Amino acid sequence: MTQAAQAVPETATLAAEPSGSRRRRGRTGYLLMLPATLWLLLFFVVPFYSLVATSLFDASGSDFRGYEMTYAWGNYVDVVEAYWQPFLRSLWYAALATGICLVLGYVLAYAIAFKAGRWKWLLLVLVIAPFFTSFLVRTLSWQLILSDEGFVVDALQFLRVLGPDDRLLATPVAVVAGLAYNFLPFMVLPLFASLDKIDPRLVEASSDLYAHPFVGFWKVTWPLSLPGVVSGTLLTFIPAAGDYINAEFLGSTNQRVIGNVIQGQFIDANNSPVAAALSVLLMVLIVAMVLVYVRRAGTEELL
Amino acid sequence: MTAWLRERMVLLLGLGVLAYTFVPIAVVVLMSFNEPAARNVYSFDGFTLHNWANICEDAAMCEALGLSLRIGFLATLVATVLGTLAGFALVRHDFAGRSSANLLIFLPMAAPEIVLGSSLLTLFVAAGASGLLGFWTILIAHIMFCLSFVVVTVRSRLAGLDDTLEQAAADLYATPAQTFWRVTFPLVLPGILGAALLSFSLSFDDFIITNLNSGNETTFPMYVWGAYRVGVPMQVNVIGTLMLLFSLAVVVTGELVSRRRRRALV
Repeated sequence: MTQAAQAVPETATLAAEPSGSRRRRGRTGYLLMLPATLWLLLFFVVPFYSLVATSLFDASGSDFRGYEMTYAWGNYVDVVEAYWQPFLRSLWYAALATGICLVLGYVLAYAIAFKAGRWKWLLLVLVIAPFFTSFLVRTLSWQLILSDEGFVVDALQFLRVLGPDDRLLATPVAVVAGLAYNFLPFMVLPLFASLDKIDPRLVEASSDLYAHPFVGFWKVTWPLSLPGVVSGTLLTFIPAAGDYINAEFLGSTNQRVIGNVIQGQFIDANNSPVAAALSVLLMVLIVAMVLVYVRRAGTEELL
Repeated sequence: MTAWLRERMVLLLGLGVLAYTFVPIAVVVLMSFNEPAARNVYSFDGFTLHNWANICEDAAMCEALGLSLRIGFLATLVATVLGTLAGFALVRHDFAGRSSANLLIFLPMAAPEIVLGSSLLTLFVAAGASGLLGFWTILIAHIMFCLSFVVVTVRSRLAGLDDTLEQAAADLYATPAQTFWRVTFPLVLPGILGAALLSFSLSFDDFIITNLNSGNETTFPMYVWGAYRVGVPMQVNVIGTLMLLFSLAVVVTGELVSRRRRRALV
């Protein structure tokens, strides 16, 4: 299998610690680890601290006059009151898109892992290929496909699924479809990684014991693929919840998501405390949901 | 016939999903040959090679493209070096705080981009560097989010390595340095190259984090974002097609080279 194609499913599995063999002690380990650790501390951990600090600044200041640190926990109440709708919308769209990705991704990953034979590597390359065409260009392409003059709307109107004045663009359907499309590889690759590890003899054994193929799937394949399902859903849900490119290109102002609001507050409104409070809240919500979900799925060893 | 179909149903469904992922790509390739009748295009109006022959017709687009390529190249270089070192440390060395280090590597991949981007922005503002937002801040951000992906890729390549070859080298009196450069490194290299390709495409593609930390600079995705309301030039599709061709070429060449090497070994 191609290295690059292989690299991605491996990357995509969240399983943190591969079992290493003999490890050397001594100073070298620290020296090797130092640069990356410093970089991440400086530009990932420290920024998160300053994000939380910014979210507690007095919101009546401005980026130009500066802010006063007043531990304004009220900022959080204010942003929830003002923006609970785009918040819920983001999580809801992301959840729907993740569900669609899971269904489509499972079929694709299953076909590649068990049915593709010697074409496996080629199909894997094809899964990541769209990923290499710019995200924004791909999404603009969807805008074209789903546009009022496009063939999809024409076909659906012909079939009377859509009325003559109905449209797809600028609806939640388009936004969710765009999200599901753009994050599909993040679902397929971890699913493939865990399906590919399943010993086909286990499935054969279930059919030797007269299990119906569906029962065999449900009792053998599905449980063994759960680690892939969990990493795949997380890797799809998390970026989808923060994304606003799909909402901007494929939705209308009625489909504004929390990402739109955060970047607008930072860049256009210059209202850093509000934007920071929204970011912190998004992160906290996502971490909470991930913890509950991982515990439910019983795959805590993944984190 | 029905038996044939039942046998292959999953494969056919899978190929159907795969075909669906190529619909927008096909549109991108098609539109790169479009001769639009108006600035805001929703249809294929005529075939032309004009867009391919005049990629830089819109100078702003090519300037943005140049910036993206420069940043992508530098970010890939730094992230690949730092990430490879860390990957070796995590698999081959024992040190205090290994599990915290693993967590530190994992977290940036689990945070939504908008959170990573806004955190960095508040840091740059707090450090009084808001006037310096531009090339360097974009580069810092890109190295940060590419780093974890490199570490994880190199780490899993190293962990999956059969260490009998290294033992054999040691048995044959190779010094540790010789063993590393003649055996270990060539075996890990495909993983490192894969990580570099991944970094480059992550960096080249990033919009959300970049948009928050770019000051007055414009990368290629930011150009597309800015231009889309007035209609993007058809050359954007040419760039999309070229990116696809470039990465396919890299991946396929890599595959062919590693096949030939495997055959040579047998």
